[in-house]
Amino acid sequence: MKVDLTVNGKEITADVEDRMLLVHFVRDVADLTATNIGCDTTSCGACTVLLDGESVKSCTVLAAQANGHDITTLEGLASNGDMHPVQRAFHEQHGLQCGFCTPGMVMAIVSLLKENPHPTEEQVRTGLEGNLCRCTGYHNIVRAALAASETSPQADTAEVSS
Amino acid sequence: MIPSSFTYKRASSAEEACDLAAEYGEDAKYLAGGHSLLPLMKLRLAAPEMLIDLGGLRDLSYLTDQGSHIAIGALTRHHDVQHSDLLAREVPLLAHAAGQVGDPQIRHRGTIGGSIAHGDPASDLPAVLLALDATLVARGTDGTREIPIGEFFQGLFETALEPDELLTEIRVPKPPAGGRGWSFQKFTQRAIDWAIVGVAVQGGHVALVNMAGTPLRATAVEAALAGGASPAEAAAHAAEGSSAVSDIRATREYREHLARVLTSRALTETASRAA
Repeated sequence: MKVDLTVNGKEITADVEDRMLLVHFVRDVADLTATNIGCDTTSCGACTVLLDGESVKSCTVLAAQANGHDITTLEGLASNGDMHPVQRAFHEQHGLQCGFCTPGMVMAIVSLLKENPHPTEEQVRTGLEGNLCRCTGYHNIVRAALAASETSPQADTAEVSS
Repeated sequence: MIPSSFTYKRASSAEEACDLAAEYGEDAKYLAGGHSLLPLMKLRLAAPEMLIDLGGLRDLSYLTDQGSHIAIGALTRHHDVQHSDLLAREVPLLAHAAGQVGDPQIRHRGTIGGSIAHGDPASDLPAVLLALDATLVARGTDGTREIPIGEFFQGLFETALEPDELLTEIRVPKPPAGGRGWSFQKFTQRAIDWAIVGVAVQGGHVALVNMAGTPLRATAVEAALAGGASPAEAAAHAAEGSSAVSDIRATREYREHLARVLTSRALTETASRAA
């Protein structure tokens, strides 16, 4: 079927199989490979992207369901070469080890801060319950989320189109 | 993992969805948020030939105060149920339990109607709506009917819905004065897992998650409570009438133990909130 998605502000029209998953559309059609496929079972959160500004697991959404909608991936966060506040906070707080979960973590936190700009540590931890870090580097990831919320209260309204 | 091939159609109205379902019969499945169905399709445990996407039916996403009850559109997402001020005020059990489903990403996609129509006894909301004595509204090609939730769940993944019927609304009665205490207890191995066992209590109604092939009212507990038993005494009856299975997560005996322990906690919390 023909689908028409806006990915990081750019319209992409493609003829895809009805059964194509959004994560495959993002990686193979849009050629944006920051989004990782981890568990492929809606558990690990590595494939988290924003659909109309809200975090979703793209391994459990059909490209057809996203037809006509806006997708934001990690590649769409930085603007004019400046890292998004959440990306910068990951850099400054050393919020990653192997880096595999990082794109999903960053997107989940962008969505979390959009809904709750000033979360408590507990709210960050429960807000990230859908994202697994197999390096178990959660402390610095949580620190990064809290740092991003402090440095930029409106971190997520301006840069992320929805 | 990729599902086996199917044809995708996005319905533009509830009427069109029902007509498509009637045309394709057992070969078609409705797709709401897809967070129960798509994982099953990826594992090839389900292989419908036709998916009727309900995602465009925005008019089935609502929460409205109808006086004696709250009307909830079947396509209202868990996220919206969780954050509803109306529910927080009138039926906090449901708002709280919706916030315990899966994780934020899942709650951004999953819908209350999808969770009910899927008929998974390990899901949270079926038992919660059983404790709340909800009424379900289904639309078919022959018209609309109301189904009391006590008659809806008929077996593992089996519901009273006919193949062409679409669940459109969930009506949740406002708990009466004296029955406003509530609790939801969910025991999981990992944060986002299904409950090994769960308990939902609203007033004197007690319902269990994952203790049988369907969500289950703990009638022996309810009878004991009505007879004046203490929370601990009533909770001792929690596993009576259940038929929990042993699986990779827990044995039947452990589930029965959990049902008693969680029911005791739930009844104590309910009593503390009843005042």
